[in-house]
Amino acid sequence: MSWNKRRRKAVNAIMLSLTALCTLFAAGSLVFILSYLFVHGAASLNWNFFTKLPTPVGETGGGMANAILGSAKLLLLATCVGVPIGFLGGVYLAEFGTSTFSFVVRYVTDLLNGVPSIVMGIFAYSLIVIRQKHFSTLAGGLALGVMMIPIAIRSSEEFLRGVPLSLREGAMALGASKSRAIWTVVVPAAKAGLITGIMLNLARVAGETAPLLFTSFSNRFWSPGWNQPTAALPEMVYKYAISAYDDWHQQAWSAGFVLLTLVLAVNIVARMILSKRGPAAR
Amino acid sequence: MQAFVKRVRNGDEIAYAITFLCAFAVIAITALLVFELYRNSEPSRVKFGWSFLWTKTWDPVAGEFGALPFIYGTVVTSAFAMILGIPLGVGAAIFLAELAPPRISSGLTFLIELLAAVPSVIIGVLGVFILLPFLRIVQPYIQGALGWTPLFAGPFYGVSLFSAGVVLTIMILPFIISISREVLLSVPNDQREGALALGATRWESTWDVVVPFARKGIVGSIFLALARSLGETMAVTMVVGNDPKISASLFAPGYSIAAVIANEFTEATGDLYQGALIELGLVLFALTIVINGAARILVASTTKRGTS
Repeated sequence: MSWNKRRRKAVNAIMLSLTALCTLFAAGSLVFILSYLFVHGAASLNWNFFTKLPTPVGETGGGMANAILGSAKLLLLATCVGVPIGFLGGVYLAEFGTSTFSFVVRYVTDLLNGVPSIVMGIFAYSLIVIRQKHFSTLAGGLALGVMMIPIAIRSSEEFLRGVPLSLREGAMALGASKSRAIWTVVVPAAKAGLITGIMLNLARVAGETAPLLFTSFSNRFWSPGWNQPTAALPEMVYKYAISAYDDWHQQAWSAGFVLLTLVLAVNIVARMILSKRGPAAR
Repeated sequence: MQAFVKRVRNGDEIAYAITFLCAFAVIAITALLVFELYRNSEPSRVKFGWSFLWTKTWDPVAGEFGALPFIYGTVVTSAFAMILGIPLGVGAAIFLAELAPPRISSGLTFLIELLAAVPSVIIGVLGVFILLPFLRIVQPYIQGALGWTPLFAGPFYGVSLFSAGVVLTIMILPFIISISREVLLSVPNDQREGALALGATRWESTWDVVVPFARKGIVGSIFLALARSLGETMAVTMVVGNDPKISASLFAPGYSIAAVIANEFTEATGDLYQGALIELGLVLFALTIVINGAARILVASTTKRGTS
């Protein structure tokens, strides 16, 4: 074997193993994050975490029941804002769209998706908090809701497009109008995908902290109604992690553990459902 | 006319109008976002003009605001993340698309895409409690080897531009890997077979033929990752040190645009202070929009899926 050939073979082997190392590093970091969080978070988790309010500084115990409820309320609001606009916008793109306008909508949707979450926080702040002069669940929900719109549009468009044309034609051949065909045939056919898309979208905004810092702010007590500042799980993780108390650090681990478990569980289930349905529906 | 009445009765026109409105709402919301940022940053824009972008002082007490330390910190941490993340990410994408058996490839891709779903605040917590102590151990060795350059000189407290760069690297990897992999997989097989038939090794066919073929899409994925890292807030805020200084050394604490907004927004008293922070948000918005816009065009031009 000539020297040149040997060199090329060596380069081949070295570079190929390097790429394997890169993969190992990327996948390894997730495994590390998971295992560390599970070991640390699960250890300090107990029932109080889900049922009690945070205790004052210096007192041990307590939980984050208010933050869990706060997160749930924020996500409910976000769903009310993001899902209808996103879903109907997706229907437009998949069923009615003209090419030029659809292109513009898709492009702007992608740009909106790339807007940093902290800027979304400023947006909700200037729309609601400045006018009302106080922080509120409403403002936080709006920030998260606007963040949901782009992904809701793109995923519902994709799933509706995955429905075969013949179903639409069949419905219309039976005399249904276009809108009736969409509503009674196309949407039900894409239902599983649409719902999974919403779940994934919710899982993504559930972990967002930045847009909540100056919209829903924070609260050490229950937040009555929709117009008061509220605690949220990711925001509590942040506040407790950067605090100076060991007890709070423990609670931050537990909260992080709960948050991550929820987010990953939704992701894993959703992806399993989607992968069963073939490549059209990712 | 009669046809029109019939269509309205069928609901087609109404359905069209409602869905059109929702699609249009996206454009309206984006426009409103720009307008609100522009309007609310007025006090700062009027007072400082363009010099806001290259002034170094950030003194809320004296009412002096300049964005340079934050722009510097944002650019440096993101550039650092790119330098580490591009080779790692593209390397892993090559492995997953070209070498790994399909089963293993999809399994690992699944894992890596889950990494993208981890909330950034959790990456931040791990950064504070694991990465910082770890870097404090490793840092003397890095400094020993590279301390003669100003980049790695000076004291190290843990929180630093360097730490933020490492955290960002981990956060952008999934984006580079999953998009680059998809782009590489869309390269037609005859390209590979042609190179192999001409006697190229596996690596040569990948590096000299497949990667150049997918070049635009890979660059697009890198741009997307860059936009992500520029706007990343929580994880960076927790490890960057939050000190508005411009230091040559990566081991010095710094600040980023997103971090200063996150930290100071609720404390910002007065229209000027708040206006300056909102103007920073506008700068960040403009940066990410330009980079994202370019990335989408690049990715769209290589994959048939379009801008997904």
